[in-house]
Amino acid sequence: MAVRVRVPTPLRRFTAGVDEVPADGASIKAVIEDLERRHPGMRERLLDEKGDIRRFVNIYLNGDDIRFLDAINSKVKDGDDISIVPAIAGGH
Amino acid sequence: MSYITNLKCRECGQEYPISPLHVCETCFGPLEVTYDYARIRAAISRSIIEKRPHNLWRYRELLPVDLDDKSELVGPNSGFTPLLHCKRLGAELGLKNLYIKDDTVNHPTLSYKDRVVSVSITKAREFGFTTVSCASTGNLATAVAAHAARAGLQCYIFMPEGVEAGKVVGSTIYGAKVITIRGNYDDVNRLCSEIADKYGWAFVNINLRPFYTEGAKTFGFEVAEQLGWRLPDHIVVPTAGGTILPKIAKAFKELKEVGLIKSGDFKIHSAQAAGSAPVIHALHKGTDLITPVKPDTIAKSIAIGNPADGFYVLKAVRDSGGWGDVATDPEIIDAIKLLARTEGIFAEPAGGTTLAVAIKLVRQGRIKPDEIVVVSITGNGYKTLEAVASAIEQPSIIDARLKDFDALFDRLTNGKRTADSAA
Repeated sequence: MAVRVRVPTPLRRFTAGVDEVPADGASIKAVIEDLERRHPGMRERLLDEKGDIRRFVNIYLNGDDIRFLDAINSKVKDGDDISIVPAIAGGH
Repeated sequence: MSYITNLKCRECGQEYPISPLHVCETCFGPLEVTYDYARIRAAISRSIIEKRPHNLWRYRELLPVDLDDKSELVGPNSGFTPLLHCKRLGAELGLKNLYIKDDTVNHPTLSYKDRVVSVSITKAREFGFTTVSCASTGNLATAVAAHAARAGLQCYIFMPEGVEAGKVVGSTIYGAKVITIRGNYDDVNRLCSEIADKYGWAFVNINLRPFYTEGAKTFGFEVAEQLGWRLPDHIVVPTAGGTILPKIAKAFKELKEVGLIKSGDFKIHSAQAAGSAPVIHALHKGTDLITPVKPDTIAKSIAIGNPADGFYVLKAVRDSGGWGDVATDPEIIDAIKLLARTEGIFAEPAGGTTLAVAIKLVRQGRIKPDEIVVVSITGNGYKTLEAVASAIEQPSIIDARLKDFDALFDRLTNGKRTADSAA
């Protein structure tokens, strides 16, 4: 599955400054593994030692927070948009 | 001159120079400003602070701004809102020492957001930004728009579609460009963090977040000073994204640290609306893991289902020995009416939530009758009339004839009361 991943500023030193990169995988977990292959160092920024998504990392699949889907096991399909966004508290 | 030293990651401890940066590049943890407390302790005293104007800048050494900067501090009338000893409300609740910290009258936009925005826009100007922005559905939007106007900065406000007309008007009137996004608040937040990256604007609650959140400490500084330089036994605080509660706790600790108060004991309690209570769920379950929810409550200003700083709310509450609870929509409305009827303060639903939870904590025996209790009212009910409009008594309509009023007065009083002059 070929997807596009939006990369936030703090991770762009792994992507040579590029803000959107292609990746492959059938699930979010697989996409993160592929990102690690293409841009070594990414996985450690996104996942903790246990392999869970870090507390302050939000991942959106086609605009939906993956915690409302199947979290790291959420299925992805060709052409999906994935956004990695640092958690920010609101303030309405 | 400034008393801040650097930015430090609250998760992994990595340090960064003072700059418009809000997440740790190593672990994405939030960054926090650090201070040189020894120098602050030597520089300030109760009497120095007491001689200063009644605004939030009276605590400037404990705020993250450059004090040599010649530019005016933003928000010259923000903060130092009343702390009211509430005898009538206290009698209803069985409390002798109940206080309301009343940010319904904060200047200029009637909510606690005037505090955080004063500090963050002062900092934005220091960094040389010419455009300020925020993701917001209400109080923050109006505060950013108003303070940007007076500071002479460009302003863009992002809101989810379908917000009440009053909120759009309340921001546009100040000259801000308002953009509504097809999506909910979390969608807006996500887009804004991407816009902040790309356009280099000062988003007060994103890339200026470490400075913005420090402004919330002034709520706590004022409570302590207004109580006569002492901490309350209990303070009840609403929780949405999780900014203000940990910062009030931090303010209390800093006052002790710099020698302005003697005892550092207090209990801090969190209040959430039942329809948006991810932090309270975690608190009651005894876990650190906050599961996001889809908010459904009339308390729109605190309807954040995915609170980034929720973890720090849990920590501050637990460290202090405090607790927290939820209020249902009917409980929120009842509390708004109770506060208005007994003390003449009209709070937005976030304030109703906080008072309703305070009442629960009293009933649970967690707050004792003689203890000093502060209930934090952070926003004004005139901005959210629709939340209570259908829950209040409707006005009587009569013709302009005295006998019609006589008949109405009999009905209103069930014939039991007489006119004062005829008594």
